[in-house]
Amino acid sequence: MSSLPAPDRPRPQSLTDLFISFTLLTLQGFGGVMAIVQRELVEKKRWLTAEEFIEDWAVAQVMPGPNVINLSLIIGGRYFGLKGAMAALSGMLAAPLLMVLTLALIYAQFASRPEVVGALRGMGAVAAGLIGATALKLIKGLKTNVLGWRWCVAFGLASLVAIAALRLPLVYVIFGLGGLACALAYRELQP
Amino acid sequence: MNATQQLVFGAAEWLEFFFHFLSLSLLAVGGGIATIPDMHRFLVDNNAWLTEAQFNASIAIAQAAPGPNVLFIALLGWNVGLNAGGYLSGLWGIFLAMTGMLIPSTLLTYNAAQWGQRNRELRSVRAFKQGMAPIVVGLIMSTSLILATASGRSLDHWPLWLMSAVTALICWRTKLHILWLLTAGALIGWFGWV
Repeated sequence: MSSLPAPDRPRPQSLTDLFISFTLLTLQGFGGVMAIVQRELVEKKRWLTAEEFIEDWAVAQVMPGPNVINLSLIIGGRYFGLKGAMAALSGMLAAPLLMVLTLALIYAQFASRPEVVGALRGMGAVAAGLIGATALKLIKGLKTNVLGWRWCVAFGLASLVAIAALRLPLVYVIFGLGGLACALAYRELQP
Repeated sequence: MNATQQLVFGAAEWLEFFFHFLSLSLLAVGGGIATIPDMHRFLVDNNAWLTEAQFNASIAIAQAAPGPNVLFIALLGWNVGLNAGGYLSGLWGIFLAMTGMLIPSTLLTYNAAQWGQRNRELRSVRAFKQGMAPIVVGLIMSTSLILATASGRSLDHWPLWLMSAVTALICWRTKLHILWLLTAGALIGWFGWV
């Protein structure tokens, strides 16, 4: 259950802290930032528990817009309102934008080297594994779920098959499976 | 990315460019990557503002670089700007593409999240978060599988898959820093072992 963080819990100290934290974590995010967000904010800084991370990620995923950008808005906004959301967002984007531009400028000279193509492919495989590890770590966040572990396993596997194997559009899964799971959870929760 | 064309870009073209990103923003459920097919249709097929090679390189570079993958949008704007003039119009292209893509979704997400935070004790808000949780874990695992098989689903790619699986286990079970894993992946790929 999400609640306002207790006062003694670790939290960002200022807008600058938010901006720098998000800049540092985004710069480690080769091939995607989500694995890093989980590692930095849940495991190291402990601003979020695994449960809270899953809840925020659900909102970030359902809303339009890039997921990790949405996540930075949600986390920044929780502590410092709109200013916090903007601090986290700009931390997430500013430095990587400069790096991406630099890379684009030098890319043309190296694009044909097979070693460079191979290195990119290797990093891609590692990035895929890192995201898999994020999913494995988040399973423990489901322990306290009102659906109970049987339903959690069923819904998790069903969405995995629907997206990864059947390649169904995301909206079907979110509104179909997601709607069903939310309805079940609604029934389980005492009014 | 060689500018293979010189476009004539006036206010009308830039406006059309900006509004297209603006209109795609709220459709980008599941992230910026979900808009790639439509971006391709608009920028390459219909308007020929970008070449096929420029389009593909924009995505590949954004995925290889650190940071959110949505920065491929910035590179698309940069390349359209380069084709339409030079570095200055490239920066203008980045600005229009990124603000168009992010302003609508950011406003909506921020307000929805604040509302959810204020009403977090509502039964419906709690049901949404509890119900979506297992789906979210399944979706994250799906992203991993799709990226791991991005270069093809034939069995020849097993060394890449093995590398992804081993990475997942190491990252799950140890505290080894992610940069070590990425460096190892880059080296193994550099020497052509996968």
